[in-house]
Parts: sequence; C-alpha cells; structure tokens
Amino acid sequence: MWSSRQKIVIAGVGLGLAVFAAGCKKKAPVAPPPPPPAPVAPAAPAKPPAPAVTQFTAEPITIQRGQSSTLRWEVSGDISSVSIDQSVGAVQNTGSRRVFPQDSTTYTLTATGGGGTSTASVTVTVTAPPPPPPPPPPAASPKSVVDRIANELQDAFFDYDKSNVRSDAQSVLTQDATALKSILTDFPSATIVIEGHCDERGSAEYNLGLGDRRASSAHDFLVQLGVPADKLHTISYGKERPQCTESAESCWQKNRRVHFVPGQ
Amino acid sequence: MRKIVLIPYVLAVLGGSIWLPAQDINVDVSKEAGRRPRIALPELRGGGDAQTYMGAFNQALQEDIRTSGFLTVVAATMYPKSIPQQVSDWRMPQAPAQAPRSRRGEMVTAPDGGGLWMSDWSRPPVSANYMAFGYTALQGGVLALYGNLFDVTRPNATDAQMIAKRYLASSNDEKGARDLAHQFAADILALFGGQSLAGTHIYYVHQASRMTPKEIWVMDIDGRNQRQLTHFNSLTIEPSVSPDGSKIAFTSYAKGSPRIFVFSVDPVRDLRFYNQVASMNGQPSFTPDGKQIVYSSSAGVCCRVFIANLDGSGFQAVTSSGSIDAEPKVNPKTGQTILFSSGRSGPEQIYLMSLNGTDIERLSDGTGEASNPAWNPDGQHVAFAWTRGYAQGKFNVFIMDVGSRQYVQLTHDEGRNENPTFAPGGTHVAFMSTRSGREQIYSMLADGSGVRALTSQGYNYSPVWGK
Repeated sequence: MWSSRQKIVIAGVGLGLAVFAAGCKKKAPVAPPPPPPAPVAPAAPAKPPAPAVTQFTAEPITIQRGQSSTLRWEVSGDISSVSIDQSVGAVQNTGSRRVFPQDSTTYTLTATGGGGTSTASVTVTVTAPPPPPPPPPPAASPKSVVDRIANELQDAFFDYDKSNVRSDAQSVLTQDATALKSILTDFPSATIVIEGHCDERGSAEYNLGLGDRRASSAHDFLVQLGVPADKLHTISYGKERPQCTESAESCWQKNRRVHFVPGQ
Repeated sequence: MRKIVLIPYVLAVLGGSIWLPAQDINVDVSKEAGRRPRIALPELRGGGDAQTYMGAFNQALQEDIRTSGFLTVVAATMYPKSIPQQVSDWRMPQAPAQAPRSRRGEMVTAPDGGGLWMSDWSRPPVSANYMAFGYTALQGGVLALYGNLFDVTRPNATDAQMIAKRYLASSNDEKGARDLAHQFAADILALFGGQSLAGTHIYYVHQASRMTPKEIWVMDIDGRNQRQLTHFNSLTIEPSVSPDGSKIAFTSYAKGSPRIFVFSVDPVRDLRFYNQVASMNGQPSFTPDGKQIVYSSSAGVCCRVFIANLDGSGFQAVTSSGSIDAEPKVNPKTGQTILFSSGRSGPEQIYLMSLNGTDIERLSDGTGEASNPAWNPDGQHVAFAWTRGYAQGKFNVFIMDVGSRQYVQLTHDEGRNENPTFAPGGTHVAFMSTRSGREQIYSMLADGSGVRALTSQGYNYSPVWGK
C-alpha cells in the first residue's frame, strides 16, 4: 500500500512533469501576437468592442531558478476587469509585477469588458542554476580502502569475559580473511587495525586486557587463514568505546566484539 | 585521668579485627577508645578588613576538622551567647557574677560566664572536650591568625591551653584565609594523631562529555582548584602519583596504542618512559621509593605484571600466567609485596604476591568480581571494588585486613562504586561513583561515613590521592 505521504510525492512528481511538458511546448521565448479584434456581431451593432491587450511581456523571458522576471501589460478599450492567473490576481489596466516562478510558467492575462473578453499569454522559462564544480576525481580506484574495510569486514562477537573465537565468530572471521586478502591485493600498502572491545561489566582496567586478548585471538585466527601478519595491528579499547550503552545483554553482546579500521 | 592511646574510630566498626598502627598521642583523653572527642568550633571573626575573608576561613576550618574523622564538631546552636576571641577574654565567674566586658564592648549578662569561661563549654548542652577560638587581623599588612585551642574540661586556663599560636597567611585574600585555616586545622588534628590532608591532591581523569577526550586533571581534596594537566586530546587514563607527589604516571592512546607516560607535576613535563614493544602497556604505579614503576603489559601475551626503572629501562616480567594480570600496586610500607587483580582463577579477583612473583595468594574469596586494589598507607589494609552480593558489574568499595582477610563494605549499592584510593594517613578514601547518574568523584571517611561529592561537571573517573 502507498502511504499518504508517498501519494503526495507521486502527485507532486506528476504535477512537476506536467509543468515541464507545458514549458517544452512553448519554448520560443516570443510573446504571442495580440489577438485579433473581436468580430463585430452583425446582429448587435450597438455592442462596444472587446478590450484590446496591447502589451503583455515578461522581461527577462528566461531566468535561473531563484531569480525574478517582470511582467508588463497594457490593456485598452472598454474594460471592466483585468486579471493574471498563477496567483497574480486582479491588476490595473496598465502595470508591471515581479514574479518568482520556481519552474517554467505560462502567465495568462484576461481582460473583460462590455464587448467581451480578451486574453494574452507569456511564458517565463526557468532554468536550473549551474551545478557546483565536480569534486576532484578519486586518487585511487573508485572504491577507497576505507570504504572497503567498512563495507566488507564484519565484526566478530565474543562471550562474556571470554576471548576465544566461538563458532559463529569463526565463520565471520573466515569471510573477513577472504575479504582482507582481496583488499590487501588491491591496496598492497594498506594496514588494518583490529580493535578489541568489551561490555560495561568488569573494571575498565581488566577490560583493557580482555579487549587486547580478543583482538589478539582474531589476529591469530586471520593469520592462520593466510592473512599476512605484518598487515594486521591490534589495539584494545576495553569498555572505553562502546557502540551501545544500555545495561542489557542485547547491548552488551554488541559491545563484546572485534572491529576493523584502516591503519595509519 | 589516664594516658591512653587513641585508636582511630575506624577500628570500632570492625570489632577491633582491623588494627591500624597504634599512635601515641600527647593528649590525655578520659574517653573510651574509639569515641571521637567533641570540639566546639565557633566562627572566628576578623578585625577591620580581615573580616572580608572570614567566610572562606571559617568554611575551610570547619571542613578540615569536620571531615577529619578525629573530632566531632558540636553544633553551633548549642553554643553559649558569648564567645572568647583571645585568652584574656576568659573570666572565671564569681558569685555573684561581676558582669565582664567582651572584647567587642558588649555587656555580658548571662550567668556562669555566659561562654567566657571554660565550664560554659564543657557542661551540657555543649558538652565539649575542646574548644578552638581566636581572631584574624591585618598585622603589618599581612593577614594573621591568632589561634587558640583549650581543653575546656580543665579547672584552670593555664593547664588547659594546648595551642596559642600566630599564623601568617601566604596572601591577603580568600586563598590566604583558607591557607590560614588549613594551618590551624593541621595543628589541632596533629594533637589527636590526625594528619592534616590540607595541601594533598587528588589526581583523576576528566571528560567534558561522553564523546570528548579524557585527560588527567588534579584538584584539592575539597574539589577546589580543578585544573587540567595533560593536553593530549586523546584517551588518557589510569593516573597514579609518586610517593613524594612530584610525578604522575598514566596511560594514554596519544601515540596510537595504549602506552605509559611519566610526567613531573610542577612543571608539567614528559619525563619519557620507554615502552617495551606491545599492543598495550598500562596501569602504571610507583614503588614506595619512587624509583621504579610496576605496570601491566601485553608484551608476548596479554597480560603480565612488569617492573621497570622510572625511565622504562631494565623491565622484567613479574608474573607469567596465561591470564590477565592487571593493576599492580607495591606495598607502600614494606616495598616487598605486590597487590594486583587477575582473572587467573575465573572472574577477576584480588591477589597478593612477592616482588619476584612468588607466593601468590588470593585475597578476595572468589565470589563475584573484585578489582581496583589500593593499599592503605599502613601497608596492612587494602581497599578494592567488589561485586560480592550484587549483580555483575555492580561494584561497591570494600576494605580488607590483609592479615585476617576480614573485610567491611563501605558503599551499598548506590550505583557503581569503583577505584578507591586512600588519603595519606589512611583516614579517608576517595572513589568514583555513578550514584548521581553519571561518573563523579567522592570522598568519605575510611568507615564509609561522611560521603562528599568532589566533582559535578562532566564525567570524572579514577581518583588517586597523593601529596
């Protein structure tokens, strides 16, 4: 099901496309010629002529989004009312108005008098501002080593007060070993730091040791699988850098982990 | 009246099972051992401009005496109307009383001296054993205190006088006034076997918010004069202080992995400790001669206790376990044993061993988790954090007599209570607690009473009390 918010978004996109399509049709930035005088009705010779729109222009006719354009108009003849659509509203017979259209917009002036109604239209074309200069191209390959370490290396988790690599952590670290070898092939000068973390229980001092042992266990496991030892460094943060701070097992488990970051 | 040895009251709570070193004192006390003498401590006044600083002076004097653990300060509401300011204000009451004049010139109409004779202070409701009084004045442009202490249970003033001394302030301001109060308090406490803690410091770890760096800070023992010592803009933790108070050692991630630093305090300067190659060197503390450092290192395998020279040279492993050995502390009295925490028998516990790593014995009984061991300066008692009786991670501060293994619990489940550290003299313990909702530093008497918050801004951890 669409949520109401999604429906509005879709409707908005549709409207935008419609406006854009309208703008495309009238690309020539030339004001249409004034309408011909209304034909004289042979049956009613007493009826005055319809008002004449002698001028309806936009200056400039093309703007960047955020800039303004000025509409100018002049209507003569027998006039009872003059108005412009697109929320401009009723106006004097002669005048000007600054407008700030967000997208290409066609303004239609309607003049009404005893002799009938005359209309004239002008379209202001709105262009997007120039895009900012593109960022410099990446130095190395399209995916940086930082991205690859963040995206391809998963945390391995531990039991409370334990630093042995449990079975679920073994399969995670086995995948990590494959990813590490690939990353190190693509980035031969890279080094990777294995961070050891602990939950909030136990003293800060003891947990520094425990985090060190966890990082060291993961290091040894990866080296066994062929990851070069000289590319791996370990560091313990104990319970100094938790990624979760609630006092509950679900949170503690998230903190009992090894995590990979790029070396210096 | 018999001459007796005053035993610090801490013993009373342990039924005498913890025996602090007996201290001879030069005061006759006709009280049972273990009961604190009562002292009347009326507010002192200052002559002329000196009065400006007396708020600071009286606050400091009251705090020093009240928090010493050696004397009970009688509530001021019990005091008689008139208060002597100098020795010549004493007037033995005649019958009928000849109305004497106080120094301020007010008429004194209360019977029995109305406060201007010692028995006014020794009898109920004051029931004091001792009384301190005096005044301050600017003398030759220097703020001076004329301080007196009397044993008000004596029949005549000459025998009763214990202190009559002039003290000079270091500066004519509130700081100078507090300094005067500390000097006076130190002299009073010395008569009761107490050591004034004025001038000692507490080093600690401060963090403005959870996401900002941790740095080493120092403050006075009342929480005043907090100032930052390190500026690594990193994770800097685990401070310890040398026995003479001139150096600190700590752990910092400033150069990547945790490493030990040794700094002089004044001026603050890196004395360059050599760190052996390891993913972690940390938890340094000084030997009692101040010439060596014991620490925990992951060199080879995490983590063993090492001992090295003050510059890090000549390092040697003390323990050789396949477990985590942490937080080594050399006995400050004998220099012959090392207290440490270890996970060698399961959950972390407190152990004792000889300086060469032999004769390892467990002090805590194996229940819960025990951590953060700290020596009492007497070398016979240790304070530590223990979860005994509580859930995992819910530490409380305990004190244990090493000889008998008897222990008392000082905090009771008000948040986490960790990192106890004894004051010089062993009368007080500072510690970290989360009782207010986040980590702050507190001090208390060594029996767990008189808890005071010393910090309140940001997050504060790992206090260590030094000179």
